[in-house]
Amino acid sequence: MTATKNGILNSKVPEGDLHEIWDLHKNNLRLVNPANKRKFHVLIVGTGLAGASAAASLAELGYNVTIFCIQDSARRAHSIAAQGGINAAKNYVNDGDNVWRLFHDTIKGGDYRSREASVYRLAQVSNNIIDQCVAQGVPFAREYGGLLDNRSFGGAQVSRTFYARGQTGQQLLLGAYSAMMRQVHSGKVKMLPRREMLDLVKIDGKARGLIVRNLVSGQIERYAGDAVLLCTGGYGNVYYLSTMAKNSNGTAVWRCYKRGAMFGNPSFTQIHPTCIPVSGLYQSKLTLMSESLRNDGRVWVSKKKNDKRHPADIPEEERDYFLERRYPSFGNLVPRDVASRNAKYVCDEGRGVGKTGLAVYLDFRDAIAQFGVDTIKARYGNLFAMYEKITAENPYEVPMRIFPAVHFTMGGLWVDYNLSTTIPGLYVLGEANFADHGGNRLGASALMQGLADGYFIIPYTLGDYLAENLHTTKVSTDHEAFETTEKETVDRINRLLAVKGKKTVLDLHRELGQVMWDHVGMSRNREGLEQAIQRIAELREEYWSNVNIPGESATYNKYLEYALRVADYMELGELMARDALDREESCGGHFREEHQTEDGEAVRDDENFSNVSAWEYRGDDKAPLKHAEELDFKFVTPTQRSYK
Amino acid sequence: MSDQKMTIHLKIWKQESENSPGRLVDYTMDDVNPDMSFLEMLDWLNERLMNEGQEPVEFDHDCREGICGSCNLVLDGVAHGPYSATAVCQLHMRKYKDGDTIVIEPWRAKAFPIIKDLVVDREGMDRIMAAGGYISVNTGAAPDANSLPIDKYHSEIAFDYAACIGCGACIAACPNSSASLFTGAKIAQLAHLPQGSPERKRRVVMMVDKMAEEGFGDCSNYAECEAVCPAEISITAIAEMRREYVKALSEIS
Repeated sequence: MTATKNGILNSKVPEGDLHEIWDLHKNNLRLVNPANKRKFHVLIVGTGLAGASAAASLAELGYNVTIFCIQDSARRAHSIAAQGGINAAKNYVNDGDNVWRLFHDTIKGGDYRSREASVYRLAQVSNNIIDQCVAQGVPFAREYGGLLDNRSFGGAQVSRTFYARGQTGQQLLLGAYSAMMRQVHSGKVKMLPRREMLDLVKIDGKARGLIVRNLVSGQIERYAGDAVLLCTGGYGNVYYLSTMAKNSNGTAVWRCYKRGAMFGNPSFTQIHPTCIPVSGLYQSKLTLMSESLRNDGRVWVSKKKNDKRHPADIPEEERDYFLERRYPSFGNLVPRDVASRNAKYVCDEGRGVGKTGLAVYLDFRDAIAQFGVDTIKARYGNLFAMYEKITAENPYEVPMRIFPAVHFTMGGLWVDYNLSTTIPGLYVLGEANFADHGGNRLGASALMQGLADGYFIIPYTLGDYLAENLHTTKVSTDHEAFETTEKETVDRINRLLAVKGKKTVLDLHRELGQVMWDHVGMSRNREGLEQAIQRIAELREEYWSNVNIPGESATYNKYLEYALRVADYMELGELMARDALDREESCGGHFREEHQTEDGEAVRDDENFSNVSAWEYRGDDKAPLKHAEELDFKFVTPTQRSYK
Repeated sequence: MSDQKMTIHLKIWKQESENSPGRLVDYTMDDVNPDMSFLEMLDWLNERLMNEGQEPVEFDHDCREGICGSCNLVLDGVAHGPYSATAVCQLHMRKYKDGDTIVIEPWRAKAFPIIKDLVVDREGMDRIMAAGGYISVNTGAAPDANSLPIDKYHSEIAFDYAACIGCGACIAACPNSSASLFTGAKIAQLAHLPQGSPERKRRVVMMVDKMAEEGFGDCSNYAECEAVCPAEISITAIAEMRREYVKALSEIS
C-alpha cells in the first residue's frame, strides 16, 4: 500500500476508490487485544462532543482514560450551545441524498481546501452517528408516525439535517456525556473537572503526559499516559468577541504547536452573518441567531450615508436590499461568508444602522405581510423572543439589527488520516483539528465532525499506534521531562503574575481582538496583515510588561486562568495573520482583497494554493516555517463558487 | 440602546474558601448601562476593582447564552434572579432601576460546598448522573435509528425533561436542598423512551439512592424548584421519579 506523501506531512491516506479507502485502511490498522488494552492509559483534554464520545468509546473497548475539562462539569463544554442540527446521509426523506452527495456538498462548501478521503469518511460514518445517538436516548425531532424528522440547511439541496428543537448540540452532548458517565461509574474513565492543560510532556519525541493546573487549588499537577487526545475546540476568542463560550480557548493546541505539532490553516475562520450586534465597550460575547432567519428576513440598509432616520421612516425607494441587488439568484440566502462580507462593506461605506453604525437590518415586514404574524411566530418565535430579551426591541415591529461575528475556526492542529499530529501519540479531534471543513464550514457539520472523530474514527486509529507501542516503557511523572516542563509552566505563570502593570487582561485582549477583527477578519489585504503582524508583536511586548493580574497562583483565580490564555492568543493571532498573508488567494472565509473579480467576488488560485498550510514552530525568535500538504482531487473537480 | 447610566448598589457574598467565614461586601457602581447583561455588569465591576488594586469577585460563567448551566447566582434571594425561565446570564440591567440595591449570593446547599465567593462545587450532580443517568449502549452497537419508532407525544415529553441545563437552581431554591427536580428530569426523560427499558428499575434506584448519599435532601413539594428553573422543567418530573422508584422497589427483590 502506498501512502500520499507530502514531505514530512504524510497524510497516510491509502490508495483506492473513494468509497473503499476507509475500509481498506481499517483492514490494515493494527489491533490491540483486549487483555493488552487494559495496560494502556489515554489522556483526553476536553469533554465536548469529540472528547466525551472518544472517552466513552475508548473506555468501552477497555482502555483506561483520564479526561480533563476546564468547566465544573463535563456537560458544560461549548458543544452544548450549537443550535441548528447535525447532518447525515440517511436519505430518510427519499430526496436522493447519499454519502456521495453529503461528501460533495461538504467539500464544495469548504471551497476545495480539505482532503477528499477524510471528508468522504466523515460522510460515511454520519449515519452511524444518528443511530448511536438515538440508541442513547437523544430526543431528535420526530414525525407523527414516530420516525425521525429532517430539515434543510444552507449549502445543500436535500433535507438531511437531524435536529432537536433549537438545542441539538445540548442533546447530542448530553448523550455523549451520559455514555462517558457510564464509564466513570464502571471505573474505566476518571473525570477531572476544573483542570486546565498548560503543557504537553514529550519523552523520546512522543506525547507522554500533561502539565495541568488545578483551577480550584491552583496547584500544578502531572499526568502520564500512553497517548494524548486534544478535544479542546476552536480558538475564535482570539478576536475577543465571538459566539464562543467565555472560557473556550486555544491554549492546549497552542502549547502543542510549540512542542512540535504543526498548525494547519490557522487563518481559516468562519464569521457568521446573523449575530446580535455589539452594544458597548462592556460587551463580553456575541449571540448567534440561527441563519434560518434569512429564509424570510430581508437584509437592507439606507442608500444614504449616516441616515439616522427610524427604519419605518425610510421609504422603500431609499432602501438598499444589497444582497438581493448583488446576488439576484440567491438573494438573502447567499453563503455565510458572502453575507458577512457584504454587511461589512455597507458599514464601511458609512451606511450601517443603529447607534454604532455596525449593523444592518434584517427585516420581516414583508414576510409578516405575506404570511401573517402567526406563521412567522411559529417559525421563529423563540429567536424573536431571544432577540427581544437581549436588545429590548420587538422584531415584529422594528427590523432586527444584525452583524457578523466570529463563530468557528476551520483551522487547527494538522492531523493525518488517523487524526495524529506530527508528534507521535498526540491526536486531535473535533474543531481543534484543521480537518474536514476546508476554507468554510457548512451548517450542521460541526456536530457531525466532533462525533465522527470521537465515536467512529479514533477507536480504530489509536489502536494502531498503541499496538506499535505495546513494549514501550511506561513512564512515571517523576521523569525529568515532567520536571522540566512543569518548571517552564510555573515560571511562565510567575513571570506573568509578577508584571503588576497598569492594564487589565481585558484591556489588552480587547486591543488584540480589534486588530484581529480589522485586519484578519472578513476581508484581508497585504498592508493590513503586515500591520497586524507588527501590531500584535507590540501588543505582546506590552502584555508581558504592563498587564495587571490580581491575586496569586496557588488559589482559585479566574483572571489568572484568563491571562494565561490571552498570553497564548498574543502569539496565535500573529500566526493567523502570517498564514492569511501567505495565502495569496481568496477561498471560503479567507478573502484577500487583492484576489477578487471586478465585481468583488472571490478568486481562488488552485494552481498555487490547492493545499493545506501547516506551520512549524521554530522558536520565539524565529519566524515559523510553512509546509504544505498538496490536495490531490481525484474524485471531484474543483469549481468556482457563484451565487449571482 | 441607551446612553443612560444607572447607579446600582451591590451586596456581594465574599468568602475566601470552603471553611473560611463569608460576609456580604458593599459595592456601588455609578456607570451601569441598562443594556449590559447582569454578568457584564459584574465584569465591569471586576475591571474597576482590578484597576484599583482590589481583588475581583469570583463567579462561574461560560456560554452566556443560557444553555451551559454554569452561571449560578442568587439575586435578592431568588436563584437566577427576577426573570422567570431565564438563567442569570440572560438577565439585563434594564430590568433594574437607578438606585436599586441587589444582594448577590451563591447557590447554598450542604451538597454544594463553596470554593470561593460565588463559586460552588456542584460535582455531586455529576455523581448522580454517573450512578445511572444513561442508557447502556456501546458505540457501534446501535440499530438503525428508524428501526424503533417513538410516538411524538412521548418523544416531546421526553424532550421537555431532557432540556435540563444542570445548573442546580432547583437545589439552591429548595428549602431541603433536594436534587429531586434535577434527578427526576433525567429519570422521567428516559422513562418516556423505549430505549434502555431493561435497566429502567435499576436506574431509578441507583440515582435516587445516590442523591441521598450525596447529601441532597428529600422533596416536600414546595415547588420552589419549578419556579426558578431556567429550562422550565415541570415538577411532574418528581412525581414520575417517585412512581418509577416505588414501582422498582416493589418489583426488585
